[in-house]
Amino acid sequence: MSEPLLAIEGMTKTYPGVVANSDVSFDIGKGEIHALLGENGAGKSTLVKAIYGLIRPDSGSMRWRGAPFTPSAPHEARAAGVAMVFQHFSLFDALDVAENVALGMDNPPPLRRLAAQIRKVSQDYGLPLDPDQLLGDLSAGQRQRVEIVRCLLQDPHLLIMDEPTSVLTPQEVDTLFRTLRQLRSEGRSILYISHKLEEIRALCDKATVLRLGKVVGRCDPRQKTARELAEMMVGTKLHQPERPPHAPGEVALEIRALNLASPSPFGTRLKEVSISVHAGEILGIGGVAGNGQDEFLAALSGEMRAPRGAVFVKGEPVGHLGPNARRALGLLCAPEQRLGHAAAPEMTLTENALLTGAWRQKLVKGGLVNWTKTRGFAEAVIKRFDVRTPGPQVVARALSGGNLQKFVIGREIMQRPEVLVVNQPTWGVDAAAAAAIRQALMDLAQGGAAVVVISQDLDELLEIADSFAALNAGRLTAKRPVRGLTLDQIGLMLGGADEDTDAAA
Amino acid sequence: MLRLEKRPQPSAAWGWATPVLAVALTMVAGGILFAALGKDPFAAIKMIFWDPLFNPQFASYSRPQLLVKAGPLILIAVGLAIGFRAGIWNIGAEGQYIIGALCGAAVALAFFPSPGWYIFPLMVLAGAFGGWAWAMIPAILKTRFNTNEILVSLLLVYVAEKILAAMATGRMRNPDGAGFPGSRNIAQYPAASNPELIANSGMHWGVVTAFIAVIFAYILLHKHILGYQVQLAGQAPRAARFAGVAPARLVVLCLGLSGALAGLAGLFEVAGPARMISIDFNVGYGFTAIIVAFLGRLHPVGIVLAGLLMALTYIGGELAQFMLGLPSASIQVFQGMLLFFLLAFDVLSNYRIRFARAEAA
Repeated sequence: MSEPLLAIEGMTKTYPGVVANSDVSFDIGKGEIHALLGENGAGKSTLVKAIYGLIRPDSGSMRWRGAPFTPSAPHEARAAGVAMVFQHFSLFDALDVAENVALGMDNPPPLRRLAAQIRKVSQDYGLPLDPDQLLGDLSAGQRQRVEIVRCLLQDPHLLIMDEPTSVLTPQEVDTLFRTLRQLRSEGRSILYISHKLEEIRALCDKATVLRLGKVVGRCDPRQKTARELAEMMVGTKLHQPERPPHAPGEVALEIRALNLASPSPFGTRLKEVSISVHAGEILGIGGVAGNGQDEFLAALSGEMRAPRGAVFVKGEPVGHLGPNARRALGLLCAPEQRLGHAAAPEMTLTENALLTGAWRQKLVKGGLVNWTKTRGFAEAVIKRFDVRTPGPQVVARALSGGNLQKFVIGREIMQRPEVLVVNQPTWGVDAAAAAAIRQALMDLAQGGAAVVVISQDLDELLEIADSFAALNAGRLTAKRPVRGLTLDQIGLMLGGADEDTDAAA
Repeated sequence: MLRLEKRPQPSAAWGWATPVLAVALTMVAGGILFAALGKDPFAAIKMIFWDPLFNPQFASYSRPQLLVKAGPLILIAVGLAIGFRAGIWNIGAEGQYIIGALCGAAVALAFFPSPGWYIFPLMVLAGAFGGWAWAMIPAILKTRFNTNEILVSLLLVYVAEKILAAMATGRMRNPDGAGFPGSRNIAQYPAASNPELIANSGMHWGVVTAFIAVIFAYILLHKHILGYQVQLAGQAPRAARFAGVAPARLVVLCLGLSGALAGLAGLFEVAGPARMISIDFNVGYGFTAIIVAFLGRLHPVGIVLAGLLMALTYIGGELAQFMLGLPSASIQVFQGMLLFFLLAFDVLSNYRIRFARAEAA
């Protein structure tokens, strides 16, 4: 057997109160796409940061082509031939592509020569990119290409990719995979971090599964089903959300030709958004981040005011109303960002229960807060949605992402909404909590509420939604029933093509 | 190597300990400062913190002064604290204090010398209005043009001082004062004066108002939905908008409230202890109140304690200047150090210190 490119042996790293990695060992061979699989908090990021020289492990060793490898800073790892594409890009909107690439390099050549190199690499690997274009004008997929090209210019032997497809459309994913396979055929290795099981089955040669910091399995993902992989990752049988058949009711939420400019200069303007959602229906809204999801939620929550006749709840015009007046009519929302938007990080769960529950749960009387009742409401949410926390006196930021999300979504569901709008309900949430949240949303719809789920996770939308629409550059396609929808059709919708814009849903 | 590590929960114990620790360290550092000036540090510290209250030679004069000085500090600090909790930084309470005093004094001087029970209440309203109106300038500039309220409110202090000087030497000058700058003595005009309510206690209407304001602020901050919204806006502005809080309304409310309270403090001062409008009427209560607000953890009850302590440093500082010949600036340094140590120690309520080997971050 040939010597592995990178061998990790007994790696352990602890943070106060958390063992991030415990005795992790695995090898990455030359010319291999190796999947690192695990839930959020399983220790994938810590492991990768150690390889990239961002942190130093407490114990254990790494060998690079047989020689000891102890990078103490990223530039040392880069010098050895390790490159990394982060999940969150570090790019500047106001600079052009070549300048952005230069900023991330240790010894950038003059810009003119760099631009030529960028053109060559992007052509060689099928990643079309114009070095003179301003980054602010690029889509998420194009931005990722900038990061990848930056890595490739360093001629890496090992390319680490952290959740690379979370911001891509299915078509863009195909392009990326072609590039990655080409890199493999050149004898380069790729460490591919993801929790999207189908992708890993399609792309990777080997997989190492992490759970709670430990290696719990190694396999050839091509030999396993997605379900088997998921159960390795979670460690238990997964509960599949389910819902009995049902007939849609009256129109609960209607948006008519909503045009709205974003308050932020880098935001997306909503253009002619029209849709209706019936009681008992779950509408899934797909789209790559930054295509107007935040604005769409803000326009429904009341954080952004619209013309009076643009939004209707059960036939009542609400476009001009603020958040609390809309809540009173039964339109509730849960924004994407949990800390800082849906919840105040430094406030206790009791205080956070008051944040949206104040009026509908009658927690305030004559302006005075009934803290006993508020605490009771928080406790009820914690109990019913199985939020793992010592109690309602804990501050929000002390909760894990999944637990806080269960609290945030639970807080809205407990208020018995007529219409619930959620943005990225399971982003960064562990699989068990995600399943619980999806089930709760389906139960809510079953109880007669209209539910709008905005998500970038297509699998999630296809699993729970009855109908599907896509946001692209602030435009919403007409909705179509999920049953019978193919991935190709979805990809076209996400790309903005809309065959039957006039067919009102 | 020392490292700071974020606590999972802010430490309640450190929240209480930091003001005490800050006071203790201020005494140590102040002592070193006084020793460097060639004074006996122990005598100086004792002179500042002990003698005003317990030395039989000074206490009869300085004990009532405690409430006289603490009253305006507490009144202003309570208003500031509400804004600070919302992340609205009114640094110009000194200016609102001056304008409040000028408006109140204007009412008194307009009615002089006629009697009337309604004159003093009218002055109170005018004082509150003056402070409120002066604070509305940064409020409206912020909500309309997105200016920075810290800069605008601070710079308006210097405008207010110029207006004060112009009034003291111009329109409000005492016509019977032989041309000296300064207004008539309002404290000796019965219908307008703010007298000591209990002899030798230092208690006047301003002190009473300060305690009412403390109770009001406590209810507002801890029991009322508005107080919750104030804190939400300060900690998580985006969550506050999601909760239906209108940021502009909050800016106007907080600046207006703190301005009105500062204006009231100015009015009670000019009609009472200061007796008249003069060029050097303002002595920095508006700035010291910022320290009081933070030292009191932005909590109404804490502010009462902090106000009394800062009043003590004022009185003790004067005593030390007078008895030991300390320069007046050294007392201001002393007060400044208190805020400095407090803010530095505040880190400990959210972070803990770890001794750890170096690690590339």
